[in-house]
Amino acid sequence: MSMNDPALTHAIFGRLSLESFPIHEPILLWTFAAVVLLGVGLVAAVTYFRLWGYLWREWFTSVDHKKIGIMYIILGIVMLLRGFSDALMMRLQQAMAFGGNEGYLNAHHYDQIFTAHGTIMIFFVAIPLIVGLVNFVMPLQIGARDVAFPFLNSLSLWLTVAGAILVMISLFVGEFSRAGWLNYVPVANIQNSPDTGPDYYLWALQIAGVGTTLSAINMVTTIIKMRAPGMTMMKMPVFTWTALCSNVLAIAIFPVLTATFVMLMLDRYIGSNFFTNDLGGNPMMYWNLVWVWGHPEVYVLVLPVFGIFSEVTSTFCGKRLFGYSSMVYATVVIMILSYLVWLHHFFTMGSGASVNSFFGIATMVISIPTGAKIFNWLFTMYRGQIRFELPMMWVVAFMITFVVGGMTGVLLAVPPADFVLHNSLFLVAHFHNVIIGGVVFGLFAGMYYWFPKAFGFRLDPFWGKVTFWGWVIGYWVAWTPIYIVGLMGTTRRVRHFDDPSLQIWFVIAGIGALIILVGILGFVIQIAVSIKNRHALRDVTGDPWNGRTLEWSTTSPPPFYNFAFTPIVHDLDSWYEMKSRGAQKPTAGFRPIHMPRNTGAGVVISALALVLGFAMVWYMWWLAILSSVALLVVTIAHTFNYHRDYHVSADEVAHIERLAEGA
Amino acid sequence: MLQQIFLSKKRLKSLALVALTTLLGACQRAVLDPAGDIARQQRDIIYISTGLMLLIIIPVLILIVVFAWRYRKGGQGTYDPSFDHSTALELAIWSAPLLIIIALGALTWSSTHLLDPFRPLSNKTAAKPLVVQVVSLDWKWLFIYPEQGIATVNELALPVGRPVRFDITSSNMMNTFYAPTLAGMVYAMPGMQSQMHAVLNRPVESEGFSASYSGRGFSDMRFTLKGLDEQQFAQWIAETRSSGATLALDSYRELVLPSERVPVMHFAGVDRDLYRRILERCVEPGSPCMVQTMKHDMSRSMSPMNPPSTEAGSMNEMMKHEHE
Repeated sequence: MSMNDPALTHAIFGRLSLESFPIHEPILLWTFAAVVLLGVGLVAAVTYFRLWGYLWREWFTSVDHKKIGIMYIILGIVMLLRGFSDALMMRLQQAMAFGGNEGYLNAHHYDQIFTAHGTIMIFFVAIPLIVGLVNFVMPLQIGARDVAFPFLNSLSLWLTVAGAILVMISLFVGEFSRAGWLNYVPVANIQNSPDTGPDYYLWALQIAGVGTTLSAINMVTTIIKMRAPGMTMMKMPVFTWTALCSNVLAIAIFPVLTATFVMLMLDRYIGSNFFTNDLGGNPMMYWNLVWVWGHPEVYVLVLPVFGIFSEVTSTFCGKRLFGYSSMVYATVVIMILSYLVWLHHFFTMGSGASVNSFFGIATMVISIPTGAKIFNWLFTMYRGQIRFELPMMWVVAFMITFVVGGMTGVLLAVPPADFVLHNSLFLVAHFHNVIIGGVVFGLFAGMYYWFPKAFGFRLDPFWGKVTFWGWVIGYWVAWTPIYIVGLMGTTRRVRHFDDPSLQIWFVIAGIGALIILVGILGFVIQIAVSIKNRHALRDVTGDPWNGRTLEWSTTSPPPFYNFAFTPIVHDLDSWYEMKSRGAQKPTAGFRPIHMPRNTGAGVVISALALVLGFAMVWYMWWLAILSSVALLVVTIAHTFNYHRDYHVSADEVAHIERLAEGA
Repeated sequence: MLQQIFLSKKRLKSLALVALTTLLGACQRAVLDPAGDIARQQRDIIYISTGLMLLIIIPVLILIVVFAWRYRKGGQGTYDPSFDHSTALELAIWSAPLLIIIALGALTWSSTHLLDPFRPLSNKTAAKPLVVQVVSLDWKWLFIYPEQGIATVNELALPVGRPVRFDITSSNMMNTFYAPTLAGMVYAMPGMQSQMHAVLNRPVESEGFSASYSGRGFSDMRFTLKGLDEQQFAQWIAETRSSGATLALDSYRELVLPSERVPVMHFAGVDRDLYRRILERCVEPGSPCMVQTMKHDMSRSMSPMNPPSTEAGSMNEMMKHEHE
């Protein structure tokens, strides 16, 4: 048999062929060239500076929750750049494509872009950024030395990275899904999309989803089992509380998503009929199931952000948080209610009036604890002494923006109003209002707040203000017009419009997106400038903001074991309480510290999962079998790794502590 | 009224007023300027709920700005770090939103039942509703008028003042049937039937579309909505009847193939059984209709001791029972 034998090439490459590479799409070709250049440059630089060994030993194989948190955040920021490029392309298309003008994107390309935008922004930007912050901050806040399952944490990170890489591969090899960010059937059914798009989507999200589920289990266990002595549940910092509720939610909902995707995979791979139009399948069921995951997911993202706002407000107002217990109860109530509202995503699917009313009213009820939270932040500011440093600026911008988004959300929860606004751009404006105004603003507040803790120097304030105003002004300029066209009855995911009077609004929205671009570039510049000026921006106290919780009690950056002595907690805001009692750091009497050992198993397992995903997408059955066997072997072999932990000697601890004091 | 403000202020060229007029222009658009009674009530609900929520939103927005300014470091506000609890305030914080939500919840319950698209309009004249069967195809709209025995593609003509009942299904993708000026939207789903009741109150020439993404041709999946008076409607029917083409099962099988930007089509005649066959997914020769399959399944699963008591009717009838 020669290599030209189609049966042989098919057996080796599955359905992958030269036609799978989008060489006829100039936009993709240029992007590909840019990515390759950047990638080669990066690899060359790392090689030139001999950083591979360092990166592998100190970062890739690390099980340190702080480093894993930072890597999650880097992943989120890199993917934000990709997701935002998609957003700019959509804005440009919609600003152009009126009447005779078809714009510059055909349906095939445009439909992939809006699908990829949503998928990436939620799964590979918002989730990694949130998980990253929780990973970095929460163990420090509860006075722990690491998470409950350090290896699992590393595995979670690398599985998420593998999912992200698979999505990125789909840009240049084959194509991504064109079925919307939740990969809706019937569009994603094999009958309607026989291409690789939905398969890339499914495999990327399944691999990353396993990571997210494992991470949630890890975080919940850590919070329940590893709090410092004295830290009862009602003495936990609010951010830890919100992290707990968020991760409990994640544990409950991600298996639903995984099971739903498994059913769709079975439909696509072995011809079952869960969600098909015929033979008893029901596409409507898919919508129900993905939203059983999808709505609580909103709260998985937003609850930790509420926690960030609480920490930041309390610190920069120089006050205890107003109404701590009502804040905690509000969080728990939101967590429970968020399970009971998924149907509001499709009031128009024909459920009866009573069902619709139930889900509508349940949705509105969520606004009560959420409103209570807003009031609590408001009354924390009341009689405070507010320092408007960058994190606090984000809090005020959030409060003003989010209140409006909350209002339009409640409006959409009224079924008769939803009957005219469902799937309109009004809805799209609403969820960008709460996701940008809530989650993104909160993530910026959190990153600015904890950056000095992670790296020992502050971020440059000038470029921080550029970032802030770029995002805030950009948000309002970009999304107010979208609210307006939504009220005019314009629907989402439209590639081409007939009515020329709408064009002006899309042009304004495009300008808004460019202003947000200023914010994003400002952020990238800010990081570069801050690294350059790190000596001038250095913080030697470990507590640059006069913080109130335990993470500020250790040095910045914290030693890998976080605390030489496990702190003992007597009060809420325990570090503030220690400071006011004049507590001193002990300088002697150190004891050996038990720590987990680094391992490369997480990277290897995730790499094999990536190969398995790619092989399944392209029907390379031999490679799929090979990689799944390897996956199993490596996983089992890792269970025989008995060198998982070690003790840092008391002398070494003393040495590290002395160095930190001297710094 | 809005029209007058719009016109008189347009002459003033100040920037603020340009913004105002464009906003008012927005109000004259479909959703906020309905031609149908249902759409009008839905718009009113948007106004009332927004008003209710602004009762609390506006004070909060003001307080955020006032507190942020007054209690900034170096400002005039008194600093009291011990102020972290107040039972009275907590009570207010929880009860104010609660009261608003109680009011809004009551409005939601009643309006959702009143404006349920499946609910026939309570019309005092008790005119029999016009039935239009709507089928979303890839990517165009098929409208069948069973009483008149005609069908159209991408054109929906309705007599002003007469209630209409839409029976809605889809050939393949899920779409939402949406004419913003007429009434809300309802999903069109394969193998399922949804319903919507509506009425047009004034002559109108506007646009409807799918509001749910359904693949490649979705963006241009639009239809014209014509509100005609009785005489014009009769005339329109006569014109459609004179078009010559008919829609039988085999010509439907051609129509159903994916196509984009399809011009308006008229069919003088239509297969009486077409809609039922689309709904029950048995247009293809030899494919069993869903009711037959269900009947078959039922007879298999029922134990001999407990036979099905009634003959299964058509799916249409079964669904009617479910909604009664």
